[in-house]
Amino acid sequence: MSERISAAVVAKVARLARLDVTPDEIDRMTSQLDGMLGHFADVDALDLSDVIPMTQPFPLVNVFRADIVRPCLDRDEVLAAAPAAEAACFRVPPTGGES
Amino acid sequence: MSADSNDPGTPTASAVAAAVRAGTTTAALVVEQHLAAIAARESEIHAFNLVLAEQARDHAAQIDAAVAAGNDPGPLAGVTIALKDNMCTRGVPTTCSSKILDGWKPPYNATVVDVLRDAGAIIVGKTNLDEFAMGSSTENSAFGPTRNPHDTSRVPGGSSGGSAAAVAAGFAQVALGSDTGGSIRQPAALCGVVGVKPTYGYVSRYGLIAFASSLDQIGPFTSSVEDAALMLDVIGGHDPMDSTSIPQPHPSLTEAIQHGVEGLRVGRITDLPEGADPDVQERLEAAFDALRAAGATIVDVQVPAFTFGLTAYYLIAPAEASSNLARYDGVRYGMRVEAADTNAMYGATRAAGFGDEVKRRIMLGTYALSAGYYDAYYGKALKVRRLIHDDFERAYQHADVLLTPTSPTVAFKFGDKGDNPFAMYLCDTYTIPTNLAGHPAMSVPFGTGAEGLPVGVQILAGTLQEPVMFRAAAALEREANK
Repeated sequence: MSERISAAVVAKVARLARLDVTPDEIDRMTSQLDGMLGHFADVDALDLSDVIPMTQPFPLVNVFRADIVRPCLDRDEVLAAAPAAEAACFRVPPTGGES
Repeated sequence: MSADSNDPGTPTASAVAAAVRAGTTTAALVVEQHLAAIAARESEIHAFNLVLAEQARDHAAQIDAAVAAGNDPGPLAGVTIALKDNMCTRGVPTTCSSKILDGWKPPYNATVVDVLRDAGAIIVGKTNLDEFAMGSSTENSAFGPTRNPHDTSRVPGGSSGGSAAAVAAGFAQVALGSDTGGSIRQPAALCGVVGVKPTYGYVSRYGLIAFASSLDQIGPFTSSVEDAALMLDVIGGHDPMDSTSIPQPHPSLTEAIQHGVEGLRVGRITDLPEGADPDVQERLEAAFDALRAAGATIVDVQVPAFTFGLTAYYLIAPAEASSNLARYDGVRYGMRVEAADTNAMYGATRAAGFGDEVKRRIMLGTYALSAGYYDAYYGKALKVRRLIHDDFERAYQHADVLLTPTSPTVAFKFGDKGDNPFAMYLCDTYTIPTNLAGHPAMSVPFGTGAEGLPVGVQILAGTLQEPVMFRAAAALEREANK
């Protein structure tokens, strides 16, 4: 039995990630993720209370471009790469089902 | 073709381009030489997911016609290049070595592809990688591993293993890779070539398929420091299509390497994590000696948070990856597993399309970002990232560049890391902290270690300090060739 992460949590995370997993995969992932989280405990002793999180190497500013019509991707070329398309739209199976 | 990048007999890319521009050789001849090398050894090495022989021949003919007509085809005229297969090429399959993108043809070019073509470079193929650039050995490719040209029982490193092997085997003069935690520098070290991860934002990433967006950066593999400088001079610069690209011009690195290292302060990190093999450590010491002999001063510095790089990285990179890879859902591109409703289709498609390592990182990242765990993992990792960045900044007040091993070991055998993911992650101990800080770093071949295999020395520098980093690299290369 894992100490840091349970099979139930792994199964829930797989649902959040939209990733079908088999019972064998859940067992293996539970053990591997638990091992990794164990390695990550090396930072537990650090006092990080006054440290500002760093999300990017450089401060980013929002960028606006001029509102001018320019060439863009060709619609037919984009749709041709999709698994299914119809009437200039991506075609998907029915939505609304719970899985 | 030589597998020794330090062989002074190998013509540089700039020499090839000069000869093509002057009409003393032809791009067609250059392309045929490289296609012949590919024909001779590619079945053994598997550097490429796709070789673009006819496209390369057509492009070479255009370049030769331009020269004949008195036009200049550009600074990389006739230089052959291999592209990591995570950079978009319009109408040409781009797979990320993943089943989920198998057969996908992008509707646009990455900016680097257009820039290289405009400079006269000839793309000879798309190279193999660990799936979605997640790995350090190229063993995670859905299309089979790449083999190290120096010893085919060993890995070329990763994730850009195909690009490193292509340059080492003489399949292409230069190559491009991407580096999120060491994916250019580590394979460069294991294959005995030069590999550079520039400052975050130095090169446009438009059309680079995203892995971890706050860490990814494109850079070159070359046989010489001079060629790496030339490549970055061509591909570096602002791109309006990439809002993270730095909006200022970069100084010429080709010019920078004309200067020596007299007076340069080279830092030795006294609290560097242990773990490098003795043969690698011996080459690092020799590199310090070489730079000292060339006129540099060696100084001791400390980077206490360096040791926490792996932890911060393996929470931040998977977190970003879990978000970036959400787009592979069977709707707009790539494969789809049909199912009764969309949710079932998403889950089945992603389960069938992604390999084990990619699934593991998506799971780890989703977990680290999920409610109840965010503060304990992802939030904490972002704070550790700040510590690493600030420690480096303090070190760079005392040293112009830092020297470390690139990889703790020489190229290892296939399967050596078993199925313990963390053992593989340790390959990137020395490369990862740079990506977290956003700084530049490069690996330069510096002799050989166990079994006569190449060893790379890593040179690190502060933000946009590429010129000084390249001066140190050129000095090391001169010493290695003595």
